[in-house]
Order: sequence, then structure tokens, then C-alpha cells
Amino acid sequence: MKFAESPVLAPPLPLWRARMVLVLIAGALMTLIGRALYLQVLDYGFLQAKGESRYSRVLEVPANRGRILDRNGEALAISTPVKSIWAIPEDVVASRRDTDRLAAVLEMPGDEVRKRLAEDGRDFVFIKRQISPEVAERVAALGIAGIHQSEEYRRYYPNGDVTAHVLGFTDVDGHGQEGVELAYDGLLAGRAGSRRVIKDRRGEIVEDLEGNQPAQNGRDLVLALDSRIQSLAFRRLRDAVLQHRAKGGGIVVLDVRTGEVLALANLPTYNPNNRSQLSGSALRNRAVVDIFEPGSTLKPLTIAAALEAGKVTPNTRISTAPGSLTIGPATIRDAHRSTELTVAQVIQKSSNVGAAKIALMLPREELWDMFEHSGLGQEPDIGFPGEASGKVRPYKTWRPIEQATMSYGHGISVSLIQLARAYTMFARDGDLIPLSLVKLDSPPRGVRVISPETAHAVRAMLELATQVDGTGPRAQIMGYRVAGKTGTAHKPENGGYAPDKYFSSFVGFAPASHPRLIVAALVDEPTDGEYYGGTVAAPVFADVMAGALHILGVPPDAPMKPIELPRPGTEIRESV
Amino acid sequence: MARLNLLLLALLTVCALGLVTSQHKARKLFADLEREQARAKALNVEAGQLELETRTWALPSRIDKLARERLEMSTPDPRRVHILPVERAARSAEAR
Repeated sequence: MKFAESPVLAPPLPLWRARMVLVLIAGALMTLIGRALYLQVLDYGFLQAKGESRYSRVLEVPANRGRILDRNGEALAISTPVKSIWAIPEDVVASRRDTDRLAAVLEMPGDEVRKRLAEDGRDFVFIKRQISPEVAERVAALGIAGIHQSEEYRRYYPNGDVTAHVLGFTDVDGHGQEGVELAYDGLLAGRAGSRRVIKDRRGEIVEDLEGNQPAQNGRDLVLALDSRIQSLAFRRLRDAVLQHRAKGGGIVVLDVRTGEVLALANLPTYNPNNRSQLSGSALRNRAVVDIFEPGSTLKPLTIAAALEAGKVTPNTRISTAPGSLTIGPATIRDAHRSTELTVAQVIQKSSNVGAAKIALMLPREELWDMFEHSGLGQEPDIGFPGEASGKVRPYKTWRPIEQATMSYGHGISVSLIQLARAYTMFARDGDLIPLSLVKLDSPPRGVRVISPETAHAVRAMLELATQVDGTGPRAQIMGYRVAGKTGTAHKPENGGYAPDKYFSSFVGFAPASHPRLIVAALVDEPTDGEYYGGTVAAPVFADVMAGALHILGVPPDAPMKPIELPRPGTEIRESV
Repeated sequence: MARLNLLLLALLTVCALGLVTSQHKARKLFADLEREQARAKALNVEAGQLELETRTWALPSRIDKLARERLEMSTPDPRRVHILPVERAARSAEAR
């Protein structure tokens, strides 16, 4: 039987079945055309991007962190590329011997390396960051599969611990963490850019695509610091701290004409190049972030307030007998007994009784005004992170005894840099100048606080204080006239004062005829028996001032005569 | 007609070859540029490292130590220093 004659085929098929098949096929075709249209015409970007991603890459272009320079263009902080060793643990094919060899090259324990490589669930681990290019080459020479290298920037500080507190440091990713590195991070960091490129089969770049963003390198920052003066100040302070077995210290050198900070150093310090040291209290820039009770270095402010108010003249006689003054339950004492002193001699001999009596002649408001206007109780605003503002209590809460003790720097707290700044008004004919850590193009304008006459009068008194019958004869420098004030204060402890712990300080300027530099030196807790500001801090002042004047080529203003020191036993003891 | 077609074909072939050549040249030049840029970067890095090295050798404390110990220099006694004001120094230089 022929197929066509099969009875199965005999019944006629309904026409709709054939039509339905036709409709289904046409429908499927339309779907395909529609999809093709969608992909090729309407949403063509998607496939194009997919295709491009097979050969084009986006590369990150890292930005260089700017250098930090001193005022003479010497680099204080430089970033330079180093290598980091990393791995994708799953990809690493390494025997125990391989990992041991790797560990030996990297100078770390073999178990440590294996532990890092065994970390589960991590597809990226750093084995060691920031190693020198030479070590990185030896790692590459081992040829272990799955161990990779990448380039990172590391910050180097050639001056190390000498400039540590001013500069601060960056973290391992290059972000500023402390000091100037933190304060000026935005300027120094720059912005990373990106490039879209086409790479060939061998991974070499063949062509740049559109949409490149060039990296913006960080800008260089020029500080006001002079690295020669900084080095000198740091070494001299360190010698003093060692010699007097002190806990620490600070020193600030200011340019009187511009308010620039030429040197700023603290002890204890740290080496910013050694990452393992970057914690603890040694990191604190004490001269800026810590406050202390300044003691007698504050007396010139009291005297200036009294001169300004017209209550006294430099020659007004103040009775200091019998060497003590009782106010309520408290008694103020002088170490150096006297019956009567002129106002100038109160500064010269550092008499607490005299200063207290002068302070009590003033309405408390006027004394408070003087402290406020000379920048105490406010942040010095030098652009350093965490600047201390110090403590000056509102005058409405002052009792007479407090007004008396504040006149000689007790019951009031300042930072060393605030104290140095307050002295700019004596060095600069009565105006207070804003300080700057950054080199300035032109000197800023000062704010008038006292009259030039008052400034000159106080300057003359401060000059007396550094002579043989003052409290600070060791501050003298051959060839220069020096003006300054000693300070010796008990350290506050448990709500009272420690009987045997002191802050020894000296703040002064030179040449007195035409002041150029202010140096403020502070030694914290000298323990070798000497503790007077005149014996501990004044020699530091003298050596740093002499060296700095020399470095800057400031002409002498006094005859070259050997300096005269008091005979042993006749020194003027400062009142503490 | 056939001759015109042949001419156009030849022209097309020449153009196509020219395109290939110029593309190749462009890539080669680009590779050169890349290489030079990499070299510039490497030199930059080296300059930074050399600056770092210079600074380390020239640290004020090191200079001070070398001057005192090896060269046996010292700060002169201020009494032995003669200070010449700038104007007078200039005038005496002129006089000579």
C-alpha cells in the first residue's frame, strides 16, 4: 500500500491547525527580530560595553603626594615608590621550602607567611607592605606562582625625630595622620586620575580611549621652619633634658617680624620613619597641644596691664616687706627678700609679692583683658591639629587671691607657643602678630594690644632681668643685648601643687635694640637638683638664640665683652 | 564600465593598505610614547630618591659633626669676629 493511500490520512485535517502552526512560527520569528532590533538598535550600548571590556581596561593613575620643604627649599618629607608583596591565597602554589625562602627574604617568620596565605575567604592578602625595591627584586627572583607585587608610595622624613612633631606622619595608605601632614592633607594629597586604554594580547597598551582623567599631583608645601635652626634647637633641648634628667621639654623659635615659626621641637620625640613607634604619648606636640602653668614668665603681662592703665610707672616704688603678702588664708612669698622694689625691679628680681600688689591695684577686668588680648585662652590658630587654647577663667569668678596668683602665672594655663606669641607684643612695639607654620610672602598685620611706650618700658625691664643682678643672667649672649624672663613653677598634681616637681622656662628675644627672634624654652621636671628657669632653661635659650642669630646673620648690637655672671652664692633666686 | 570598476578596485586596495600602514605606525609611535613616559616616571622616582639621599647626607647634625671632628672646625670666639656693615663693606670694595 502506498503511503498516500493510507486510510489514516484519509480524514481531512481541519484548516485551523495548519494556520496555527503558521502563526506560531511567525510569532517566534517576530520575537527573534524584535530581540535583535532591541539589542542592535535600541540598547546597543550594552553589547558594545561587553565587547569593549574584553580589550579595554581602566587604569588608575596614582597622584604623587607633594613634598614638604623648609623655608630654604630643603626637603623635610618626600614620597618615593616602594613595593608591596601580596597574594591571592587560592592561586599560590608553594611548598614549605618556598614559603620559608620567601619569609627569609622578607625577614619575617615562616609561620607568619603561611598563616597569611591560609586565611580563608580572602581573595587578597598583603604579605608585607612597603619594602625596598631591592628586596622586591629578590622576591621576584624566587618565582613563586601567585605572589604578586604592586607599587605604593612611602613617605620618608630625612630629619627623623628632629622634625617629627611639626611634620607628623601619614598612615600606610598615604593619608595624613598627625601634624602638618594631617592639617594640609588636602593640599599635599592631590587627586588620583584614571585612563581608559586598549590592551593587546600581550597586555601592552595600544591606544588611549576617551575619558581620561589625568592625575593631579599634590602640591609642595613650604614651611616657615629653618632646618638649621630646628636642628640646633632640638639638639640643645635634648642636651638640657639629658643633663637635668628631665621628663621632657619644648622649644619654639619665632621670627618677630613675620610671626613665622622658625623652629618647634619637643621631647620626648619619635622617629616617624619607623612605623612600629607611631603610638603613645611621644607623638604629642607638647609645645602646641599641652598646657602648663607658666609661672613668672607671665609677670610682664601683668606689669604691662598696670603701665597701660596708668596705675604705675617703671620707677614707682612698691613695698615688698616683709617678703610675704597674706590674702585671706593664703600667703604669697618671695624667695629673694627685699623691702622695697621699683616696678622694673619686680620683673628683674621676679618678685611675687610685687607682682601681686601691682595686680591688685587693677580692676580684675583689666587684667583679664590683657590676658585675652595677648592671646591666652584662645587657640593660637597656627593651623595645627588639636591646638590647646589654655585656660583663663572668666574674671567674674576671680577672688582676690586668684587675681594675685594669676599675676605671676599660677591658676592660669597656657601652651608654650601661646606664651611665645604673647611676647611678640613686647618685641614688636605693642602689637601681637598671628603665627604661621607656613612660609609667608609678606608679613601679616599685627593687632595693637599695648602702646609702644609700654612695650619699650617692659622691654627695658626684661633686659634688666637678664643682667647680673636679675634672675636670668645665663641668658646673656656675647655681642647681643638680650631681653627675657625666667619662669619656675610647681607642677599641679592631684588638685594641688607637687612640692618637688617643676616646670622651668625662659622666654625672651634678641637683639633687644631691634628684636628679631623670640625663643621660648621649657624643661619639664628637671630632677638633678637644679630647677630654676634661670639655671635650667636660660642656658638653652642663650645657646639657641646665639646660634640662630648667627645663622640668620643678624648684626650684633652690643660690644664683644665676655658676659658677666654672678659670683656663686649671689644669684638672684626666683620666687616660685 | 569594467575599466572604471577595475580602477576603483585598485584605488580601494591602495587606500586600504595605506590605512593599515598608518594604523601600524600610529601604534608603534604610541608604544614609543608609552615607553618614554615610563622612563620619565622612573627618572622622576630616581630624582626623588637622590634628593632623599642628598638630604640624609646633608643633615645639619651630620655636617656639624663632620666639621667639628674631621675638619676640626669650631665656632669662632665672638671677640675674634669682625663685623662689617654692608654699606661700609661696599664702599671699601669700591675704593679698592
